[in-house]
Amino acid sequence: MSTDNERERNEEAARLPDQLGRERLAAPVRRTGMFGTSTTGDTSGFGRLRVRGSAPVSAERPYTDPDDPRTADFDRVADDLEAALGENAGAVERVEVARGEITFHVRRESLPRLARLLRDEPSLRYELCLGVTGVHFPEDTDRELHAVYHFRSITHNSEIRVSTTCPDSDPHIPSIVSVYPTNDWHEREAWDFFGIVFDGHPALTRIQMPDDWQGHPQRKDYPLGGIPVEYRGATVPPPDERRAYK
Amino acid sequence: MTVTEDYIDASGGDWDEVIEKAQATSAERLVVNMGPQHPSTHGVLRLVLTLDGETCTEARVGIGYLHTGIEKNMEFRTWTQGTTFVTRMDYLTPLFNEAAYCLAVEKLLGITDRIPERADVIRVMMMELNRMASHFVAMATFGMELGATTIMTNGFREREMILDIFELVTGLRMNHAYIRPGGVAQDLPPGAVGKIQELLKEMPERIKIMRKLLDENPIYLARTRDIAHLNLPGCMALGVTGPLLRASGLAWDLRKAKPYCGYENYEFDVPVSDGGDVYARYRVRMAELEESLKIVEQCLDKLRPGPVMIEDAKIGWPAKLALGPDGMGNSPDHIAHIMSSSMEALIHHFKLVTEGFRVPAGQAYAAVESAKGELGCYAVSDGGTRPHRVHFRDPSFTHLQAVAAMCEGGTVADVIAAVASIDPVMGGVDR
Amino acid sequence: MGLEEKLPSGILLTTVEQIVGLARKTSMWPATFGLACCAIEMMSAGGPHYDLARFGMEKFGATPRQADLMVVAGRVSQKMAPVLRQIYDQMPEPKWVIAMGVCASSGGMFNNYAIVQGVDHVVPVDMYLPGCPPRPEMFLDAVLKLHDKVQNTKLGAHREQEITETEERMLRRSLPLVSKD
Repeated sequence: MSTDNERERNEEAARLPDQLGRERLAAPVRRTGMFGTSTTGDTSGFGRLRVRGSAPVSAERPYTDPDDPRTADFDRVADDLEAALGENAGAVERVEVARGEITFHVRRESLPRLARLLRDEPSLRYELCLGVTGVHFPEDTDRELHAVYHFRSITHNSEIRVSTTCPDSDPHIPSIVSVYPTNDWHEREAWDFFGIVFDGHPALTRIQMPDDWQGHPQRKDYPLGGIPVEYRGATVPPPDERRAYK
Repeated sequence: MTVTEDYIDASGGDWDEVIEKAQATSAERLVVNMGPQHPSTHGVLRLVLTLDGETCTEARVGIGYLHTGIEKNMEFRTWTQGTTFVTRMDYLTPLFNEAAYCLAVEKLLGITDRIPERADVIRVMMMELNRMASHFVAMATFGMELGATTIMTNGFREREMILDIFELVTGLRMNHAYIRPGGVAQDLPPGAVGKIQELLKEMPERIKIMRKLLDENPIYLARTRDIAHLNLPGCMALGVTGPLLRASGLAWDLRKAKPYCGYENYEFDVPVSDGGDVYARYRVRMAELEESLKIVEQCLDKLRPGPVMIEDAKIGWPAKLALGPDGMGNSPDHIAHIMSSSMEALIHHFKLVTEGFRVPAGQAYAAVESAKGELGCYAVSDGGTRPHRVHFRDPSFTHLQAVAAMCEGGTVADVIAAVASIDPVMGGVDR
Repeated sequence: MGLEEKLPSGILLTTVEQIVGLARKTSMWPATFGLACCAIEMMSAGGPHYDLARFGMEKFGATPRQADLMVVAGRVSQKMAPVLRQIYDQMPEPKWVIAMGVCASSGGMFNNYAIVQGVDHVVPVDMYLPGCPPRPEMFLDAVLKLHDKVQNTKLGAHREQEITETEERMLRRSLPLVSKD
């Protein structure tokens, strides 16, 4: 009884404006100023504006929204996945439902197990893996590199997304090539562009860039590049250094 | 050049040396390099083949010779400008790239249901025409790579008819940037419907000619039947979709399974064949040409007057484009409006064109059934006016992994047929 | 007056340069270097609608050893550049290069880490053809302009003299520079 009261009190405190404001201020800054200019001053008068992103939220059950036909089978998929995972249900950190898509955020060490279940479990049967891609979030501390997988079930005509992360300091994610051979090149591409090491991949080499290339070009800390173009003595800077509204 | 007891690596160096060294060793297997610049590799594809006589015992694919950094480039442009980049990925299916990208952006914006009906019909029509153009090139280059110039000239002649329509509607023969987030760039110009009707009348005859040339051509059959076989489990494991999957016996088509752009309102069949070989793929593509014609015909019936861009001033392009004496540009009415009567309209126009619209933070994946298979676009927004990341799941990229499964154990000549039947476009593979 | 009047009919006098130029330009053998979108337009130009064979150019081959014109059609990536140079080196002299499309000419819209900003960083270019992609007609125009250039190429001592003259002219010219201060 007392614990219930305590929880209620905590929930109430979490709703207080003071607490909400503090949370808001702790959220990462996405943009400063009105236009996000970096080269010249912001003359709009909103130069000290801080636009903050929202903290990651987990969707609440039920995942199926009766008004949105795209979400029709989300509850079924989530239930089946939970049942298949059994005692390893903790592998799924959180579930996100947005825009008619369901995303399972998964701990990286459980990924191969999960992939096998997704493929083999008759209630899931995600026969097609649509590849993996890296996404780099430099401001997401200790979760800088995300690897995003899409799976498609032809049997159940369903589509899910699985997302996993690894820190920049330890960019390792287990490979799922042994389960889905199609991921061979996709994982090589993610390694080439983002430097994510897929442990257990049969031959993790560069695929798009030349073998002796330095760096991983699609990370956010890698410049877009381009040579500065000279025109009649004046130079045109590379695209990523030009003044622009963001 | 390396020579071991096991193999002779001839993937570089002079042939005189290779022969000299080969005579001195007992090795039977020869490693040769094919491409990245070779008449039969369908673009800048590199194949490393291990040959035992005429038999190809190992086939490895090297890609990346056309890597353009488009995905990274897009992170420095507005969401609308992104269409200009994606259209140059798989340059034979530009409208599919644009459609996949725009569907993903529209999903992020949450405006999928608000796209005007006319825009959807035009999108479907353009995509189906594009499917035909792409299949014609697939067959044309296939013929060329096998050494048959007639197939090539026929294919390109047929495609030219479709390109004329594209040019009339979008202003460009290729790389259109016509489909935009929120709709399409501009309405069909006068005369477009008539031109498409002409095509509908002429095309069945042209397809018949192509069929007559190839369907039962003994040389063609000998080069394609039972060549480069890939069965259904193989397709599934390797993520193969599109005509290749349908040629292996599974009627899987995103247009039916997950309809987009209103495909559920059209009547068409999904051609299937269970041959699983090069010839089956050709038959599926041929049948798809005919189905596409059916869809285009239905599109013309469905065309109702109306807007072609979402009626949302925050997203829809502010100007109505019009053809002037110096080419396509803002319409004179719009210029007069923003330059002399409304300051607010000018500010709005300026903001939307230079800065672009903001897209709520989040991620979205949208897939279309392109001429080659499932073309997916995964877009991530951080809430700004530019993408945080855009990734394309290109069908050719995935399908090229199947080369080893298709070619090993066959002859060298069949490698050509196998690669050509996948119909990879390196622009899409390397992006 | 001159020799012409004493010649029997059926004899035409010209210079060696002109006859060599005529021979070279009317039987050009292009080495296709199809890379991207432009390659498709190049193939269209070879197709029945535009018919490149009218100019004796239909013999598109992918073997550099039997080619004297390289059409670089498309964007050249950092990974492709060495291959391009090797193929160019394998072509016998005399040889010409058309940079087809804006990517091959200057890098175009892809000013980024992956693309060589103009193929003239790697091989000497005779004709730049803008457009993204250029229409087959534009390609034909570039080919005809190149033919004209080949026809009027000077040989031997004349060529040396021409080079010296061009060099002197280049040294004399002054570009209107934007002032740096």
